[in-house]
Amino acid sequence: MLRSIDLIPCGALILLSIRNLSKTFTTAGEPVHVLRGVDLDLRAGERVALTGESGSGKSTLLHLIAGLDAADGGSIRLEDTEITELPDAGRAALRRDRIGLVFQQFNLIPSLSIADNLAFQARIAGRHDAAWTRELVERLGLGSLLKRYPEQISGGQQQRVAIGRALATKPLLLLADEPTGNLDEATADDVLALTRDLVARTGCGFLMVTHSLHLAGTLDRHIVLHAGRIA
Amino acid sequence: MSADKLSRRAFAGGIAALALTRRAQAQGYAGLGERADGFAKVVPGKTFAFPADHGPHPEFRIEWWYLTANLVDSSGAACGLQWTLFRQAAKPGAQGEGWANRQIWMAHAAVTRADTHRFNELFSRGGIGQAGVDAKPFAAWIDDWEMKGADRTDDRSLAPVTLKASSTDFSYALTLEADRPVVLQGDHGYSRKSERGQASYYYSQPFYRARGTLTIDDIQVDVTGQAWMDREWSSQPLDTDQTGWDWLALHLSTGDKLMLYRLRQKDGKNYPLGNWISASGDTQMVAAGDIQMIPKATAEVAGRKLPVEWRIEIPSRSFSILCKPLNPKAWMGTGFSYWEGPISFAGTHEGVGYLELTGY
Amino acid sequence: MRRALWVLAVLLSHWRRHGMQFATLLIGLIAATALWSGVQAINQQARTAYDRAAATFGGVRTATLVAPDAATFPQDLFVKLRRAGWPVSPMLEGRVQINGRSMRLLGIEPVTLPADVGNAPRLGAADLSSFVAAPGQTLVARETLADLQEDEGAMPSISSGARLPPLHVLPQLVPDVLVVDIGVAQRLLNKPDQVSRLLIGKAKGKPAPLQSVVGERLQLMQPTAETELERLTDSFHLNLTAFGLLSFFVGLFIVNSAVGLAFEQRLPMLRTLRSCGASARLVNSVLVVELVALALVAGLIGLVCGYVIAAALLPDVAASLRGLYGAQIPGQLSLRPEWWLAGIGISVAGALVAAATSLIKAIRMPVLATAQPRAWQQRQLRWLVLQSCAACAVLAVALLLLHYGQSLIAGFGVLAALMLGAALILPAFLEILLLAGQRLARGPLALWFWADSRQQLSGLSLALMALLLALAVNVGVSTMVETFSRTFVGWLDGRLAADVYISAADNAQGAAIRDWLKDRSEVQAILSGGRAETQVAGQPVELLGLPDHPLYRERWPLLETAPRAWTQLVPGNAAFISEQLSRRLNVRVGDVIEVPAPGGTWELDIVGIYADYGNPKGQLAVNIAALIRQFPQTPRTRIGLIVPRDKIAALIAALQKRFALDDRGVADQATVKAESIRIFNRTFAVTSALNAFTLGVAGIALLTSLLTLANSRLPQLAPLWAIGITRPRLAAIELTKTLSVALFTSLLAVPLGLLVAWCLIAIVNVKAFGWRLPFHVFPLQLVELVAVALIASLLAALLPVLRLARMQPASLVKVFANER
Repeated sequence: MLRSIDLIPCGALILLSIRNLSKTFTTAGEPVHVLRGVDLDLRAGERVALTGESGSGKSTLLHLIAGLDAADGGSIRLEDTEITELPDAGRAALRRDRIGLVFQQFNLIPSLSIADNLAFQARIAGRHDAAWTRELVERLGLGSLLKRYPEQISGGQQQRVAIGRALATKPLLLLADEPTGNLDEATADDVLALTRDLVARTGCGFLMVTHSLHLAGTLDRHIVLHAGRIA
Repeated sequence: MSADKLSRRAFAGGIAALALTRRAQAQGYAGLGERADGFAKVVPGKTFAFPADHGPHPEFRIEWWYLTANLVDSSGAACGLQWTLFRQAAKPGAQGEGWANRQIWMAHAAVTRADTHRFNELFSRGGIGQAGVDAKPFAAWIDDWEMKGADRTDDRSLAPVTLKASSTDFSYALTLEADRPVVLQGDHGYSRKSERGQASYYYSQPFYRARGTLTIDDIQVDVTGQAWMDREWSSQPLDTDQTGWDWLALHLSTGDKLMLYRLRQKDGKNYPLGNWISASGDTQMVAAGDIQMIPKATAEVAGRKLPVEWRIEIPSRSFSILCKPLNPKAWMGTGFSYWEGPISFAGTHEGVGYLELTGY
Repeated sequence: MRRALWVLAVLLSHWRRHGMQFATLLIGLIAATALWSGVQAINQQARTAYDRAAATFGGVRTATLVAPDAATFPQDLFVKLRRAGWPVSPMLEGRVQINGRSMRLLGIEPVTLPADVGNAPRLGAADLSSFVAAPGQTLVARETLADLQEDEGAMPSISSGARLPPLHVLPQLVPDVLVVDIGVAQRLLNKPDQVSRLLIGKAKGKPAPLQSVVGERLQLMQPTAETELERLTDSFHLNLTAFGLLSFFVGLFIVNSAVGLAFEQRLPMLRTLRSCGASARLVNSVLVVELVALALVAGLIGLVCGYVIAAALLPDVAASLRGLYGAQIPGQLSLRPEWWLAGIGISVAGALVAAATSLIKAIRMPVLATAQPRAWQQRQLRWLVLQSCAACAVLAVALLLLHYGQSLIAGFGVLAALMLGAALILPAFLEILLLAGQRLARGPLALWFWADSRQQLSGLSLALMALLLALAVNVGVSTMVETFSRTFVGWLDGRLAADVYISAADNAQGAAIRDWLKDRSEVQAILSGGRAETQVAGQPVELLGLPDHPLYRERWPLLETAPRAWTQLVPGNAAFISEQLSRRLNVRVGDVIEVPAPGGTWELDIVGIYADYGNPKGQLAVNIAALIRQFPQTPRTRIGLIVPRDKIAALIAALQKRFALDDRGVADQATVKAESIRIFNRTFAVTSALNAFTLGVAGIALLTSLLTLANSRLPQLAPLWAIGITRPRLAAIELTKTLSVALFTSLLAVPLGLLVAWCLIAIVNVKAFGWRLPFHVFPLQLVELVAVALIASLLAALLPVLRLARMQPASLVKVFANER
């Protein structure tokens, strides 16, 4: 497989820098400290797996990085942007232009065809690149499914569409929250292999939350979240 | 179809919505040039009889009682007023009773000072008493405007009479006295209006002395002065190619009176005529060739150019004057509109009078 | 912009996959806009007509001078006033009959006619000449020309034999009015030198005081902003408006449920959009834009439907208004641009209001789903409690209004609050019923049945509320109409005591007919009647002359009487008063009323109150001889006859032949009765039509709710299917469930509807028309309505249930496959 080292500047810049990040939820009147000072660096082109037991705050960390939720303390810096200081619109723009998101539930839009689902984030971002989208379709093996609707294709295929949608904007950072959680093992391997390749092709950073140690082992680095901190 | 409202204004759109003007402008001013089939004809040699002739002549198409007064108020300021009652027959023949009557009455009243000019008009159908003229005792009225004699009113001089009119923003009440009889104009009251025989019966009372009050915007002043009444009736006073007239009634400081007019024709020629009335009441026609009426200055009123200043010359009488209006804006914006206002003149003779400009 | 368009495209893609939901939304908006605009169109048409009538050559919009006894007066007074500087214009008004059709003849004097009479019809100067000059013109509206079946230029004869001047169309005129020159009118009405009133124009100076000119012979009537017609017909239009509003709200119920459902279904989509980087503001704005765009489209379609509805209803409305109030409404609909704008506006505003909750939810929506949504039971309970509290508050308002309200608006307020409160409390009521069912249930399936019904409640409640309202209104209105019609028929029986009614052309003919009748042996009694007009407390009042005859004493219906009332009537110093007038003047039996008469004030003891349904004018009934003494001008043209039944036809034929009387000149009791009932039935034709529309809209609401629910219910039904309940059985259970909640709702609607009927009869009718009817309940009618409601529910439930019964097992399996 092609490993496009040549696309990554040598020495690798720090793409994502997280310092002392904390987040507290209130459940049934009791404060739950989910994140208690997370520090994490991720370099451009680096592929990192994040594991941890249920409730360790993996997803919360991912959501904070994506700007889907606001942190209580600490900083998240993506390149030169301090995400924690952005207003809602700024965070939306960040997601739109620089981050790709993939969820366990695929989150495709049921009323749009596969082709439209693939293109739609890039179109909203105004970064639609027909050649790149064609390449994605080819690499993800979606060529014959473009006119179908999400409910008409399998879970593995749906997740490929979701990954394609996230990468169609050529993001700086791809965030995936249990992307293979709904897939059988073989399909999961398959999907992840494709993702790795595409990440390498674009040279973006990749942070994946997963339960599977097996899958975690296939990435460049494996970090574990425990009791609200990186272990 | 005209979009005019059903209103006095539309009605005034030709005194004659009912009778005359379907194409007023095309056929002489205010329809006065239409053919007079069925109406009585004006012929020379009529013997006037008073008081009967002070009253209406419904067999003729049109008739008026036309009074102008040159006055001064207690502060010495000049002013003028006009009171006119028109009668018009919508149809020749017998006049019906009540609402079936075919006479239409219209009146204009105006007051003019150097800085202001007010006017109003009224309309009425005949036959029911809302408007009319009685010969004896004399009374000419429409609504609450009236010119009214009494038992002691002299038939020959038509004096004394009282005169009144009122509107929202002006009113007046005058007493008119005269010690000379009315004066027959033209040829013993037969006044030719064109070479082709159009004519009217015409007499005047130019010797009225006026006294009374004049109110503008609720401010009442006492006024005195002289007044001039014209009585005229006809069935077709204008020829079809006559478009209007310029008419003057002059009170000379000598006590003489001068009536002058010229009828304008479509071809640009005009037909001037005059009548010199001595202070004693003798009249002498002034021949057409002997009169020069030269417009000297125009004023722009109501979007029209009107010759409001005139040089008048009658070489045979060594008469040469320049007439100037008291108020060049004396425009009568009534249903059929014209210019009518007091003037003063100087030159070989001096005095005051009234100028009327129609058909502009 | 491009970004917004993309988001819009994504949002709209939802509808492509949910056509039914889209249709529901549109139908709701269209129904709301259509009925509301339809009613508005009718009201506007009527108001324009009243305006035209009011402005017709100096109607009530112009100050007038009239004689105190409302009789005509000599024209000399007109001349006197003009000569005193009064800018008055004379007018003579009367009625003429053309081919048996009665028309209002208006004689005007165009030269003095005030120019400033509102939007009065206009004549050009050239027309003026032909109007006044012989033969003159009769100006008529185009509708009148059609009614008379004449062409322009025709000169129809009136009943006296005289001919009208040539007819000439003046489009702005109101129908059934003939406008002629005053001189012509005096001749046609045989009133030489008489005028009915003087219109006052703009003064040109300072006229002398009225009294100094005419003494007490004339009195000044100030112009009124609201015409008598407007005042009288207000209630009728309020009635229409109330129906329009009701339909509007029912339509919005549909929109609300459709938008709510769409929002729930699109929640994941919205979240995805947000997580893909569309900002909250962008998404929310596009949501609003989408809604407004839909509302615009639906509004336009609704307006077209509204136009069609209005055009269809207008003839009946026009007939009602003509029959009830004598108001003339042109049958052809003409609409102003404002109507279209207002219709679109109401559609957009309605859509925004109906979607407000969903939009607010969308705006407040966090990108991430809340961690743990509360259980539906908890949510539902909270919602039920809140809604019930609101219901109690609204019902309290209804009680307050009932107690303190005086006006008609307050009456409608009571109705509105009552219905809104009942609708709001309905879900709680059903919840209690279903909970009770659940407690009593035996067996697991029955338990599930009740429990599941409860869960469905929140989804169905809006549709059920709509059904409740529509049904209650139906019960209320049908009860009122039925009550009215029975009371009316009974009243008519008593009121139409004579067997034959004759209306002579004039007094001379009346006398001739009486003479002729004296020699007819079959005529058992000749009863003279008569009517005069006067004014009491500034209102026009009719004086009705009653003959003193045992038949009248026996049958003429009185609501309240003093002892020996009929005997007291004979000397001429006592009167019966109509119910309306007694309420308006607050006069009871035993009071004294002063009536202006030509000879001076006429004092009348009130010795009875009678019902006078359908008469917009107040009325006093007095002895006919006394009436003629006091009002000598009273036409003696009305004659009633007592004739044995079998001789009626022959006598009428003889009368018609002898006196050339047409159908309006002589009629038997049955004909008069049938005519009256026909007019009254048409009055309620509109009400019934709107009633049916409302029920239809409620049915649609129910159908669409069930359809949208059906899809979301698959996950609940699939497990039952999986454990071995057949699809037809499931379908049957679903159907039973829907029908049972519909039945509960319908049963609830009955008492509510009766309350509505009571409000209509005891509050609205009294305030609007001045009469109160006895309250009757018609059980058969109620059963019928409940049955109709159940059939409507059955039809609405059938489609989704059939779909369920015939659903491919694969679709049910998919529920599990998609479970995630």
